[in-house]
Amino acid sequence: MVRLITHNLLACHVKGCTSNNFPLQFRDVQIELREAEFNPDFLRGFMPKLEWKALVDASRQLGDTSLPPEVPEMLDDDFLKNLHHVLLEIHVEEGVMTCPNCRHEYPILNGIPNMLLAEHEIG
Amino acid sequence: MIPTPDLSHLTAKDYDTVYEPAEDTFLLLDALEADEQQLKSLHPTISLEIGSGSGCVTSFIGKILGPSVLYLCTDINPHACRCTLSTGAQNDVALDAINGSFANPLSARLKHAVDIVLFNPPYVPTVPYEASAAQGARGIEGAWAGGLDGMSVTDVFLECVEELISDRGRFYLVAVAENNIPEIRERMRTRHGLQSEIVLSRRAGRERLSVLKFVRDPSMVRT
Ligand SMILES: C[S@@+](CC[C@H](N)C(=O)[O-])C[C@H]1O[C@@H](n2cnc3c(N)ncnc32)[C@H](O)[C@@H]1O
Ligand SMILES: [Zn+2]
Repeated sequence: MVRLITHNLLACHVKGCTSNNFPLQFRDVQIELREAEFNPDFLRGFMPKLEWKALVDASRQLGDTSLPPEVPEMLDDDFLKNLHHVLLEIHVEEGVMTCPNCRHEYPILNGIPNMLLAEHEIG
Repeated sequence: MIPTPDLSHLTAKDYDTVYEPAEDTFLLLDALEADEQQLKSLHPTISLEIGSGSGCVTSFIGKILGPSVLYLCTDINPHACRCTLSTGAQNDVALDAINGSFANPLSARLKHAVDIVLFNPPYVPTVPYEASAAQGARGIEGAWAGGLDGMSVTDVFLECVEELISDRGRFYLVAVAENNIPEIRERMRTRHGLQSEIVLSRRAGRERLSVLKFVRDPSMVRT
């Protein structure tokens, strides 16, 4: 499963592709929604690790518009519930992730992102 | 006692292409169990296993630490990623499997951010060609073929693991005597500022297995 929490941590790593290589852009995705247990402590703890803008953009690409463009000052329950859904309940099962810089394509198959590179692409 | 993860969903056919948990796996589980209290008091946010194979190890640590941790797994073998996912589901541990080499697709975003790193690598000494061919083939041979001194795959990761671990983070590595454990420890200390201890050792057939644990040298923690 490629959840948006994971997508937020993946960058293109083709040799020489070191700037504007994040976030990967979704294309042709198939999504499944699966309920997960709400865990506000985990979400609060994870906030500092997130690239907020990348998360908001990715969620909009997948049709979810519940997150505000800026991190709110108050992390209230309404906000955390939306964040929970976006980060942990949207699963990209199939599709492609494209590097915004070098256009390298990383396929997603059965919920597993294929981030392997060919020998000549490795840094 | 933390029970060994349920692997009853995996079949002999899976083990044709994916490493079947063996003595090395179980030694790593025992080392993690011995550190249970320490691991809990770390309040980790991210755990990352390199080469997760069947998914047994991350499912086990998921049982220790519960759902407040993000469990990431990578493996070069796509079948291993599939088994890792199904083992997570079977044991009710939400983990993410990434088909990739080492932490390469994550390293840009996870600088000094990972609290627990786990690696039971291909550590068996082979001729160098065997290891590089196995890395390219991404099949079952890649589970054990380790090249010269069994270190050619592990060495690559040892060069970049310091970049991944958080200030309080720790890195568990499985090794055999042929890997030259004193040299590994000395190198990690002098070149990367990571001090280590041997958590557990055990003889299994011809293999003399150990689990090493690396942490930042407290005098060198960035402020
Ligand atoms: C000894 S098996 C361990 C499997 C499992 N963690 C366990 O303990 O049972 C080593 C695993 O590392 C994987 N592996 C080998 N080289 C790798 C690399 N460069 N990056 C990620 N995984 C790798 C293999 O495919 C295999 O699944
Ligand atoms: Zn790129």
